[in-house]
Order: sequence, then C-alpha cells, then structure tokens
Amino acid sequence: MAPFDPVAAATGGALIGLSAVLLMLLTGRIAGISGILGDLVSSDRAWRIAFVLGLIAAPLVLSAGGHALSAPAMPGLLVVAVAGLLVGFGTRLGGGCTSGHGICGFARLSPRSIAATMTFMIVAILVVAIARHAL
Amino acid sequence: MPILAALLCGFIFGAGLVISGMTDTAKVLGFLDLLAISRGAWDPTLAIVMAAALAVSIPGFWLAQRRGRPVLAATMAWPARTEIDRPLIAGAALFGAGWGLVGLCPGPAIANLATLSPAVLLFVATMLAGMTAHDLWRRRRAAPSAGPALAADPAAAADG
Repeated sequence: MAPFDPVAAATGGALIGLSAVLLMLLTGRIAGISGILGDLVSSDRAWRIAFVLGLIAAPLVLSAGGHALSAPAMPGLLVVAVAGLLVGFGTRLGGGCTSGHGICGFARLSPRSIAATMTFMIVAILVVAIARHAL
Repeated sequence: MPILAALLCGFIFGAGLVISGMTDTAKVLGFLDLLAISRGAWDPTLAIVMAAALAVSIPGFWLAQRRGRPVLAATMAWPARTEIDRPLIAGAALFGAGWGLVGLCPGPAIANLATLSPAVLLFVATMLAGMTAHDLWRRRRAAPSAGPALAADPAAAADG
C-alpha cells in the first residue's frame, strides 16, 4: 500500500468533485457510477458508454505519463464474486453508490443520500472490523 | 458534444480516483479499518478524498442549480426523490457489505479494468449480474400489481 499522501488525496478528490460538477453543468446528468452502469443498456446509453470509456482510459493515460498501473490486492475469488453481487444488487436497490449518494447527493445535502452514505459507511466499517479482527 | 463532455468527465473522474489512490483496495480498506487507529496504522485518505470532492461539488452544484440549464442539454436531471425508505437503507447496507469485503465500489472497479486483473474482471462481471438481477426482480414484483405500463423503470428510481 502506498503511504498516506494528503496532497494527492486532496488533488484527486477535487478532480472527482470537478467531474461531477462539469457533468451536471455541461450535460445535466448526475455522476453516479452505479446508475450509469445499470443503465448502460437503456435507450439513452451513448453518454453513459462514453463516461465509462473515459473512466477506463484515465489509468492507461496516467500510466503512460509515469503513474504506476498495478492490479489492486483482491481476496479469494469466491469472496470477490459474493462482494460483486452485493455491490451490484445493493447499489441498484439503494439507488446509488459512493459517487451518486456519497458525493453528488451529499453535496446537495439530500437527506436520502446522507442516510444512504451513513449506512454503507457504517456497514462497510463493521464488515472490515469483523473480517480483519474477529475471524 | 454531450458525448465528448461525458467522455471528458469520465476521464477526469478516473484520473481523480487514480491520483487519490482510491483505485487501491488496500487504501480503501485501510480507511474502513477503524480499529487500526489505536495501532497508528489507519489510512485517512478516503476521508480527505471525500472532503476535497465535496469542497468542489457543494459550491459547484449550488452554482449549477442557480444557472438552471446545462450548457449542452435541455434540462438538469436532478434526482427528485427525498424519502428515506427501506429499499434505500437495505440497498446501502448490502452495498456496504460488498464494499467492505473487497474495497471496491463501482467507480474504482471500472477504472481497475485497465489493469486487466482477472479478479477485477470477476468483480465487475458479478456486479453487473447483481444489477441485472435486481432490475429483473423489481420488474417481476412490479408487473402483477401495477401492470406493464408502470413496470419498474429502474432509471427513474435511481439517484445516481
């Protein structure tokens, strides 16, 4: 794991916020990744496909500029599959994820998004506490 | 033009994830592991990323709302729902459980496709399967009572 770098964290976070503001200001859309992914097969899909392609292109372009591109540490494949299903079903049922609720909804001070963000944060913290310290 | 704008926004979003370290599952789990605080091994990165993102998006969205109309489209699709109901909390809890197991949420999962890691490919495939399973389940539940005309349009229900 890379050491804590507050400047990189703040720079990256500001870019994420800028992306969400620009997407709304230019196209009128909310930068919620789970919503964009879940509606990739809807009739209004062109902008969603473009956003996803930009998201995948960024690490490749940055790596060409010298930023290390390395695969993240992942648990066993059974855990990965269960977690993927939970993230997919849960974000769809809850209407958003870290970006749609955590950044866009939170920024509008939507009580719905703040409640969702608190819930997924607390549950994730509990799951990590159990997985790392109780098992 | 809106397509190019979306491509640019996706790129900026992905660059933000990579630069901040949020594509690194160890850093995300290192933040969620609050018990590490007492050992001095806690990683506060995610909190800084969220704070910096909100520092830009709060005033940015406020300005966008005042402007009212996007540059390249007719209307701004602000989410209209306000209720805090059971699907919201249950969905957020399921998402939180999956996030805590691996350290990947949808954005970083997609950005990490660039690494061609087989485990990431599996995560994204099962995540899309979970999304599809939800939409099919919802359509089946909605169909008998509401009729096909109202059969859930998940896009209309999504906040983001």
